Amino acid sequence: MALLQIHEPGETPAPHENDADVAVGIDLGTTNSVTAVSVDGKAEVLRDEDGQALVPSVVAYAPDGSPIVGGLAKRLIAMRPDSVVSSIKRLMGRGIADIKAVAGHLPFAVEPAEEGGSKMVRINVGGRKLTPVEVSGHILSALKERAEDVLDREVTRAVITVPAYFDDAARTATKDAARLAGLEVLRLVNEPTAAALAYGLDKEAEGLYAVYDLGGGTFDISLLHMEKGVFQVLATGGDAALGGDDFDHAIAERFLKDWAGEAPGAGAVKQAIATARQVKEDLSGTDSGTWALDLGGEQQHFTLDRTAFESLIAPLVWRTLRICEDVLDEAGVSPEAVKGVVLVGGSTRVPLVRREVAELFGREPLADIDPDEVVAVGAALQAEALTRGSDTLLLDVTPLSLGIETMGGLTEKIIPRNTPIPVAKAQEFTTYQDGQTAMAVHVVQGEREMVDQNRSLARFTLRGIPPMTAGAARIRVTYAVDADGLLTVSAREEATGTEQSIEVKPSYGLSEDEMSRMLYDSMKHAKDDMTRRLLAEARVEAGRALGAVKAALEVDGDLLSEGERDGIAALAAAAEAAIAGDDRDAINDAVEKLEEGTRTFAEKRMDRGIRAALRGVEVERLDKAAHERDDIARDCVDAPKSAQAGD
Amino acid sequence: MTAGEPFCASCKAVQPPGQADHFLRLGLDRAYDVDEAALEKSYFRMQRQLHPDRFATRTAREKTFSQSQATSLNDAYETLKDPLERAVYLARLMGLNVLKEGCNALNDPVILMEAMEMREALAEAETAEDVRDVTERAQGEIADCESELSQAFDTGDLERVATLITRLKYLRKLADETRFRRAQLRGVN
Repeated sequence: MALLQIHEPGETPAPHENDADVAVGIDLGTTNSVTAVSVDGKAEVLRDEDGQALVPSVVAYAPDGSPIVGGLAKRLIAMRPDSVVSSIKRLMGRGIADIKAVAGHLPFAVEPAEEGGSKMVRINVGGRKLTPVEVSGHILSALKERAEDVLDREVTRAVITVPAYFDDAARTATKDAARLAGLEVLRLVNEPTAAALAYGLDKEAEGLYAVYDLGGGTFDISLLHMEKGVFQVLATGGDAALGGDDFDHAIAERFLKDWAGEAPGAGAVKQAIATARQVKEDLSGTDSGTWALDLGGEQQHFTLDRTAFESLIAPLVWRTLRICEDVLDEAGVSPEAVKGVVLVGGSTRVPLVRREVAELFGREPLADIDPDEVVAVGAALQAEALTRGSDTLLLDVTPLSLGIETMGGLTEKIIPRNTPIPVAKAQEFTTYQDGQTAMAVHVVQGEREMVDQNRSLARFTLRGIPPMTAGAARIRVTYAVDADGLLTVSAREEATGTEQSIEVKPSYGLSEDEMSRMLYDSMKHAKDDMTRRLLAEARVEAGRALGAVKAALEVDGDLLSEGERDGIAALAAAAEAAIAGDDRDAINDAVEKLEEGTRTFAEKRMDRGIRAALRGVEVERLDKAAHERDDIARDCVDAPKSAQAGD
Repeated sequence: MTAGEPFCASCKAVQPPGQADHFLRLGLDRAYDVDEAALEKSYFRMQRQLHPDRFATRTAREKTFSQSQATSLNDAYETLKDPLERAVYLARLMGLNVLKEGCNALNDPVILMEAMEMREALAEAETAEDVRDVTERAQGEIADCESELSQAFDTGDLERVATLITRLKYLRKLADETRFRRAQLRGVN
């Protein structure tokens, strides 16, 4: 650091800027989340001890309600499907009516909102009702905590990315979730724009670029004009309910149909989807395979080759291409005019997606920045730019038209889609009855003519209009969208100078009351939550270790003398007792002892493996078999007793 | 009218956008013909200084002012970039009462006939090629209409401007519909 810093007036950094908290970039994904931080224009993705950047966006709830986030929660899906939530992003800002269409696909039970509260859907997890905002808040809390661990400093500010195609309700929900997690959102940035930022700054790209972003649950296509540090979004389009998850569902449905057994339960569907995901990943590298799935109490085997896989997902991929063509057409751009296509999102690893995108644009897409990490990198760069200043400029647009309901249930557009933000537009309306003193304002978002085909964002009534003859009042309705893409609506009666402005909060957001209760709860329980979470994690890990030992004893128990077996059984019993208690250190201690006590056993098992190899079994196959067995062992581990008990 | 200085001379804090017209705000001459490169350059230069991203850690007051400044800049840029919006805006600045939906010359028989003919052609178009023909024709007419507008503004013929604005509105609507038809033919709308 320089010894002496001189600043222009008005540009003096805030006090303690250098030693206080940093601002991070967070890609809050449907399937996985990634956090990155940028210092001096160099963005680094934060990784755990194993080098993993991707944190599964999965939350498991222990019986006491404490959340467990990430890989551990993901591994619990198979064991305790009822208390694990995944893909919550798909429900952000959604009401029950919005999700009826996908309800069958959702890996959790949804419930309508309670009377009096917001219209946002609730999900039922382990006997608790939670809003998607709370679940996302738990993911963000965990990401914040991990970032603080890695960076060894407090993190209170972040740039969070959202799909460009997210509507107002989903954006507000995301901001609310951050508030619950104790994060100040410096800016919501659209995912494709963030990717372009990471890409453009890295490659000094200039000209017209397309960003094709196929994530777990959403699809976005954005066209950007990049030039000397300016990133100007020209047009954007997408589908907020189309992603790689749909590939998994298509495969899972096929498996369940092939099986033709009794109607699968929720657990079976979840397992089928988990297996389908594996199939998708495997078939992105190999040409065919066979996968096992527990259905109706016994193992079923399913075979699928690349061609069949591609024909299952082709209609979904084509849908994304049609959307690309629409966006290009709307921007008046031919595919050949696009200088480069940037791929974002894990689902762009699927070879069919790459082939089809290459064919549409007539060029090989760019994917040399990891498509899973590029969005977080862009978000981190923007977080640094916002806090430390920068020369780059992001100019984004509204993804969907914002309108108002007029007579006959028609939509009148006030701000058309692809308008640069921030933006404010006003329109005048009048009364249609003599003496009318109130006017209902219904705010909608979408491209359709009829109001009921668009998304209803909010309704409010402007009162206190002075009684006049029909058509005499002049009511000016103003729509303003800020740089985060969030809408504020106000209405004012102008004929008499009477002013009345009403700010609108979307119906699918949380009410201020709900928000403050949740904030209060989260602050009150912050410390408890942490202790409980650590305890819950210790229990789960201990359960896994115990399960692995039991499984090993069943397979290779004959390697041990009776005395040795008794010794291990005693250690296992001690670990089980510790799990039943509430002392985290005792649990970890018991697990450590169990691991020490079974070391010799593990060595003996390895010897047996080598001997088996010498008997003519190929090492590779043995390895594979061992892997498979370990996998099965992992999946067969019983949930920790304490976690099963419920409360 | 003045654009006002965006920043306070002494304290360097951002100020409210003031009442400038769009041309003045972006430092351009008040004329129909606009140099697109100059427009873009000026817009980018000013957004670099005034966009809310520059004020993310500043006071609430400065944030509000920068949002109004950026909003005014976007409004100016969007209006001047688009030949139709620019025509309507400039005509109004010059005192012409341009009616909503460009209805000034709604009953002009020449415009009506042209619009009807092209609409029929679009309705009969069944293949992508048919639609492309209509699109190309509409785009050709749009380009003609814009250069005629430029001449009418030059000579100060506001009556002609009003007629051309109506014609341009019809043609643009038609061009939008051709796009919609193309999307339909692709199987998505």
